[in-house]
Amino acid sequence: MKKLFLSMFEWFGEFGFFSTDLARAAVKPPYEFRESIRQMDEIGSKSLPLVALAGAAMGVVLSLHTRDSLIRFGAEALQPAVIIMSITQETGPIITALVVSGRVAAGIGAELGSMKVTEQIDAIEASAVSPFKFLVATRVIACVCMLPLLTLVADFSGILMGWIATTAADPISFNLYWEAGTKNLAFRDFLPATSRTAVFGLIIGLIGCFQGMRATGGTEGVGKSATGAVVLASLFVIVADVLLVRLILIFFR
Amino acid sequence: MTPMNNGPLLQIRALRKTFGAQTVLDGINLDVAKGETLTILGRSGSGKSVLLKLIIGLQKPDSGSIRINNVEVTELKTGQLDEVRKKIGFLFQYSALYDSLSVEENVAFPLRRHTRMPEHERVEKVRELLTLVGMEKASAKMPAEISGGMKKRVGLARALAMDPNLLLMDEPTAGLDPITAGEINSLIVELQRARQVSSVVVTHEMQTVREVSDRIAMLHEGRVRLQGTVDDLKRSQDELAAAFVKQGMEEPCHA
Repeated sequence: MKKLFLSMFEWFGEFGFFSTDLARAAVKPPYEFRESIRQMDEIGSKSLPLVALAGAAMGVVLSLHTRDSLIRFGAEALQPAVIIMSITQETGPIITALVVSGRVAAGIGAELGSMKVTEQIDAIEASAVSPFKFLVATRVIACVCMLPLLTLVADFSGILMGWIATTAADPISFNLYWEAGTKNLAFRDFLPATSRTAVFGLIIGLIGCFQGMRATGGTEGVGKSATGAVVLASLFVIVADVLLVRLILIFFR
Repeated sequence: MTPMNNGPLLQIRALRKTFGAQTVLDGINLDVAKGETLTILGRSGSGKSVLLKLIIGLQKPDSGSIRINNVEVTELKTGQLDEVRKKIGFLFQYSALYDSLSVEENVAFPLRRHTRMPEHERVEKVRELLTLVGMEKASAKMPAEISGGMKKRVGLARALAMDPNLLLMDEPTAGLDPITAGEINSLIVELQRARQVSSVVVTHEMQTVREVSDRIAMLHEGRVRLQGTVDDLKRSQDELAAAFVKQGMEEPCHA
């Protein structure tokens, strides 16, 4: 038990040093624009189908679930509002973050982990290129920029599929659905909810890279760093979500 | 190369490195002259690879001094250290080619990062380097598609890309069959003749020791146990040296 606590403290300590080193390296020129764009493509564009699908599934499920309960209270007119509200406020952001944690954090953890154990990261450093700038900063920046955009995609496909599922049960025009759904939704509800996913992106990128860079001991180490990356990224995303929702409620209501 | 400067290219004094309770290097003194090849011989775990990593600053020593071209590298900040690193080539034990880049992109990587060479010039330079190591035909292949010996060649081409004046090689022939090892060795010798680079070669293979070294330093228990030429090593009464020389005799020769 004592050992577990110690290793936990050690992890947080190392993570702190890692983050400050990264911040210091990232602000100094030259900047890695090309590599960042490449990572945005890798992390953003290639997560698109997955995120769209996850969002769509959420839309359908929400529509199916809420229908019965709302009918029970005679409030089915509220269904579009319930779907759109819950997707933009919570379901869209968190599903996107979790799906991306699974895909991207694992990918980064495994990629950097295997580069570490095969000395490729040493090779980058030995050729006078900072692995922090070249490998880590580019990935973290890509995650931060891409998460809000991916969330928009999840929101969009969730709302669309929510409408399709709703209209399949009880036909309603998209216009009416949209009007009813967004009537009580202001920009200040939508904007902080979506942009908080940039923080999720930061968490996913940082943890993925950190776990990868501290991989040791061959293929087993790579496996561990990939698993650790997914588990910790998902966990911290959820914890951060709680804190951020609380903060948003304080500052934007 | 800086012709004004007549001291040794690499000078190591009283170098110490520990990992936890384990002392890996315990007061190492070594000099490498310009154009000279120093081979570091020693058993596995004798700190040979650590020594190379200390020289290029991938790890920090506990104490002691490492001077390259009269610059104390142990005290440099990252930015200044990178300037020194640009003139050092490093061949890793398992080549450490970048998996996601093709053979030619691997060799082009340092050039792309550190020079403003126009595209056609860079392509030409990469082709030249790959021809030098006999890998020009495999330039479009990915590292996963080529053999260990070929990886070593590409790693060597990458290490030479920035025209280094110091070349550090970690086990350039370990894990290769004797024939491929012989080829890599003659390549190293050829490169040294053609380019006059100083090298530090870490190895435990007598074949490599015999074929590439100007001078040998044998590392044991964190210290330099023996220093001299190949003949000095053969004549030495030291048991460990004798064991190494014997190992070399049992292997097939490539004179």
